[in-house]
Amino acid sequence: MPFVPHTVDDERFMLESIEVSSIESLFDEIPPDLRNGQLKETPAGISEMTMLRLMSERAAQDDVALSFLGAGAYEHHIPSAVWDITARGEFLTAYTPYQAEASQGTLQLIYEFQTMMSRLTALDVANASVYDGATALAEAILMAVRANKKSKSKRILCAGTIHPRYLAVCRSIVSNQQIEIEVIPYAEEIGTLGSTVLASYEDKDFAGLVVPYPNFFGGLEDIDHLTDWAHQEGMLVIGVANPMALALLKAPGDWGEDGADIAVGEAQPLGIPVASGGPYLGYMCCRKSIVRQMPGRIIGRTVDLDGKEGFALTLQAREQHIRRAKATSNICTNQGLLVTAASIYLSLLGDRGLAAVASRSHNNITSLIGKVSSIPGVTVRFAGPVFHEVVFQVPTTAGDVLQKMSAEGVLGGYDLGQIDPELSDCVLTNTTETKTEADLQRFAVVLEQVLKEC
Amino acid sequence: MLIFELSSEGRSATAQFEEAVPVTDIPSAHLRSESPGLPEVSELQVVRHFTNLSKKNFSIDGQFYPLGSCTMKYNPRGAHRAASLPGFLNRHPLAPEQNSQGFLACMYELQEYLKDVTGMQAVSLTPMAGAQGEFAGVAMIRAYHEHRKDTDRTEILIPSAAHGTNPATAVMCGYKVREVGVTRDGDVDIDELKSAVGPQTAGLMMTNPSTCGVFERRIQEIAKVVHDVGGLLYYDGANLNAILGKVKPGDMGFDVLHMNLHKTFATPHGGGGPGSGPVGVGEKLMPFVPTPVVGKDGDDYRWIDQSELPLSIGHLSAFMGNAGILLRAYAYARLLGNQGMHRVGEYATLNANYMAKQLTQAGFRLAYPERRATHEFIVTLADEARDLGVTAMDFAKRLLDYGFHAPTTYFPLLVPECLLIEPTETETREEIDGFVEAMVEILNEARETPDLLKQAPHTMPVKRLDDVKAARDLDLTYSPEFLDNN
Repeated sequence: MPFVPHTVDDERFMLESIEVSSIESLFDEIPPDLRNGQLKETPAGISEMTMLRLMSERAAQDDVALSFLGAGAYEHHIPSAVWDITARGEFLTAYTPYQAEASQGTLQLIYEFQTMMSRLTALDVANASVYDGATALAEAILMAVRANKKSKSKRILCAGTIHPRYLAVCRSIVSNQQIEIEVIPYAEEIGTLGSTVLASYEDKDFAGLVVPYPNFFGGLEDIDHLTDWAHQEGMLVIGVANPMALALLKAPGDWGEDGADIAVGEAQPLGIPVASGGPYLGYMCCRKSIVRQMPGRIIGRTVDLDGKEGFALTLQAREQHIRRAKATSNICTNQGLLVTAASIYLSLLGDRGLAAVASRSHNNITSLIGKVSSIPGVTVRFAGPVFHEVVFQVPTTAGDVLQKMSAEGVLGGYDLGQIDPELSDCVLTNTTETKTEADLQRFAVVLEQVLKEC
Repeated sequence: MLIFELSSEGRSATAQFEEAVPVTDIPSAHLRSESPGLPEVSELQVVRHFTNLSKKNFSIDGQFYPLGSCTMKYNPRGAHRAASLPGFLNRHPLAPEQNSQGFLACMYELQEYLKDVTGMQAVSLTPMAGAQGEFAGVAMIRAYHEHRKDTDRTEILIPSAAHGTNPATAVMCGYKVREVGVTRDGDVDIDELKSAVGPQTAGLMMTNPSTCGVFERRIQEIAKVVHDVGGLLYYDGANLNAILGKVKPGDMGFDVLHMNLHKTFATPHGGGGPGSGPVGVGEKLMPFVPTPVVGKDGDDYRWIDQSELPLSIGHLSAFMGNAGILLRAYAYARLLGNQGMHRVGEYATLNANYMAKQLTQAGFRLAYPERRATHEFIVTLADEARDLGVTAMDFAKRLLDYGFHAPTTYFPLLVPECLLIEPTETETREEIDGFVEAMVEILNEARETPDLLKQAPHTMPVKRLDDVKAARDLDLTYSPEFLDNN
């Protein structure tokens, strides 16, 4: 029987030792009418060979040659070493590092991750991760409400260019605590907030402002202005940044005069495959002054009895296993394995590699915009600079175009009609450094051909 | 040595990227002025550094890891390989349904198997860990009451032995927590429960078997008490391994539950995640399940979203949760099949009872000696602490020197100086015997050379760490000055 190592002799010996006649007797405290756990829908077991054959066939069914889908999940090259090392049993099959002396590998690694993330975001400290980018933002909102000493408000202001799913997740999570999220509509011409709309939100007492960077449409919000404005209004600033973009773009800690107070986001682009949406890696960084309001595991460097350097979980008085109902969050498990992958990725790429990947991702979208602009009827929907993602407006329904492109083996992007009927002729398209000149050309050729048929 | 200390200006793993290209069309106000300061190291340095770090970890693959309430069973390599197939890794979460049939088929079938083992009517796979599953469950309880305009229910009842995530979750869902005591033999105090319930009761969260390592014998009566006042019953699936294939939470009267696939379905813990905490519900809560779920029309699989579940508590992740972990759990379920699943609960229970017996015979005291062990049990070292001055922590640390990961210590909080021990079904009798022998040796050491325990561990990469310093002189990111100041 799979993974149960007991021989007939073992079982007999163990039962004799316990002084019972059968395994069934070990369940005799359970009311008999409950002991009928018959499984009717679960099939008989199969061997690893058969299971792998089945799953290989299913996986192959879903393989698509060329994808320009982004919208929060980005396909970058992942160095072979990343998952070869991450999948070592010592990382893969360890538990949360409660026994610090027997977990120094994981603990030191998380400390190194915290350092890398705080350097990328230009903020003082980072935690050991939360589930994903969307829940990282939800935790940041809860954190901002707790941490803002100037305001007792339970209202948060959020740019309307946030990933719509992030907003939905935040509402699912924070609404039970009577926290409201008010959305600032974006300027329809430019796909960013612009600066004119802010006046109507002044003197309204919000605890924080959420600024995505790049925003959901790939565009770049006026981070310096927004940060300074929010600080003048007594809000904390939460930057939601793609860490890959931060190799090129201004780090949240450097926004405006004083910098953002909290930075969160999805670290999937750092060595983690798109893989149906998870497991990914939510990161959280903040100023040191509000670290005690940060949820999740935090690792600190300390010394052992001999004065030797070592690493341990710290500030545990914030956490549910100590504080129970008074904890900063109910989070327990985080995304340790993905932290391992991201740390190895960032170490391999370094400043130079990460900047190279970011610049090539950016230049590919610039190049694609150039190619597509010559197709009759196709335009760029929003003016303004982008990082590696852009909104194309097509002369017909985006859903139709994308479906026809996919029949040609090209996933052309995300149909924005799914989030806003006003944008039903718009496609959100991403390029990373993985796209070659030939790939970009293929996108343009297929798009042009498909539009002729529409 | 930290990775930053290996860094040398101008060095890099050049095979991993093609050189940067000039960026000319982003305004300078948006550009980063200074490089972040990531390590500058060669590919071999990276591989060697992280390989050597891994060697400083205990893990299931390396050591017996009887961590109570964590179900550290063997994580099959085949499941890891299946989830790592290129078609699964490359599938974008927003890929069209027609390009996702292979993945969706696995998810649909997993939902069916999880319904089967729990006795629930519907399953949503999306919660990303046990704590998020708890959140989803309690949020559904809240949504149910609110939908019925039954809005005066402000309290969630939780037994005092519960895991810390339970009260933290109830608070995140906007509830007050009322604790219910546990009797001397580990069951919920029914009289106290009866006096605690009322029109303010939204529900009761409990684990069964409980964190005391015993099965709650009066669960049907508890369910009745809570249901009679209009409350709902939440099952924390932390200990589902004990009863897998034996008893279904749905049959016990639970209305909603979460499962920890990283425990019961053998997906790897990864040094602290990712987990996966699908939720199952009975009839009453079906309209409220978190989205998305996977449906099937004829031979086609498809997403079911809020357009079809308007009362759903909504999305809990940017996409659909920890998909790769769900694939591993699916592979595990296929390998075991129905027969294999029946054996999980049986042999987990056999191992725990055998181990409890061996330890008792060796002179250790069980917290609940009159009770059957479930898949885990509690040893209390209160006598040793009193007579010999050695604590449960000392035993735990000394076990590391013997090559065993320590059991869970000081949990549940109501048993003094306790070790919560869970061997799991995948361990051999020999491994268990080895652990018991180590415990006996350590007990002898406690009598003869107690300092050996108090100073333990002696063979790990570091000795006991100064936690007070870690919290007082916060050092959460690397700077070269640290050691100079010590």
